Amino acid sequence: MKMSLQVELEQQRNVLIVRLRGELDHHTADIVRYKMEDAILRGRCDHVVLSLKDLQFMDSSGLGVILGRYKLIKGRGGKMVVCDTQPSVKRLFELSGLFKILSFYDSERSAVAGLEVVS
Amino acid sequence: MSGHNHMKLSFASRSENESFARVSVAAFVSQLDPTLEQLDEIKTVVSEAVTNAIIHGYDGRTDGIVTVEAEIDGDTISLSVSDQGRGIEDLDLARQPLYTSRPELERSGMGFTIMENFMDEFDVVSSEAGGTSLRMKKRIESKKALFN
Ligand SMILES: Nc1ncnc2c1ncn2[C@@H]1O[C@H](COP(=O)(O)OP(=O)(O)OP(=O)(O)O)[C@@H](O)[C@H]1O
Ligand SMILES: [Mg+2]
Repeated sequence: MKMSLQVELEQQRNVLIVRLRGELDHHTADIVRYKMEDAILRGRCDHVVLSLKDLQFMDSSGLGVILGRYKLIKGRGGKMVVCDTQPSVKRLFELSGLFKILSFYDSERSAVAGLEVVS
Repeated sequence: MSGHNHMKLSFASRSENESFARVSVAAFVSQLDPTLEQLDEIKTVVSEAVTNAIIHGYDGRTDGIVTVEAEIDGDTISLSVSDQGRGIEDLDLARQPLYTSRPELERSGMGFTIMENFMDEFDVVSSEAGGTSLRMKKRIESKKALFN
């Protein structure tokens, strides 16, 4: 069956870049959970950049899965940052208070650069 | 576009139908010529309500029925989303921001807060016997009207 969400993973040194394309809801949240969990637990990444330029839709199920991975990364001593959000997605981050917990960047490059300063 | 119009959809409580429901309602509401932002808000609200019916109302069972109704009256869209599931015991508690009865499912307890924020009117009726029914309204100032 065709999924309305694609997850693309790229490792840049100790940073895992997660690009989400499509629609993140209850139906597609599991894919994000499993793919990220797998990459974080197996890989040698300390930090995660969530790159959301092509994420066209997100609801509270997306907030939940992102908050869950944030806790995982944080528990391992790493950081998770977000970049390139669409206005509607950004609004949900603001409403939920996640905007205050996560750092937001305009581009993947600035997000990765921001992480390497802290690591 | 003005006057009366309505639609009703009933579908199985399967997660695949969350996107079906929000895309259908968005297509229906397009008659009012909403802005992209308003359309996003409506899609999000439908997604929240239908997801709640599936995961909370029916506890993830796929043999339930979710019903979505939309009505256009002038420049106002009325939405209702209903299930015949388990119902909500304590509505005041359920509507509090960040309250969730299912933290183990990675719910964030934001659904009701999002729906109340994105709609002008929001009301919940729920009982153990009859399930849960949400009724909401939103005024759509069409893009055309903004120029006149
Ligand atoms: N249709 C429903 N049937 C039964 N209980 C419901 C229904 N909708 C909501 N609830 C109850 O109300 C609570 C709050 O709902 P809300 O949508 O705000 O948060 P959530 O679904 O738990 O988390 P999130 O929406 O952030 O994923 C739920 O945890 C659940 O206990
Ligand atoms: Mg919810």
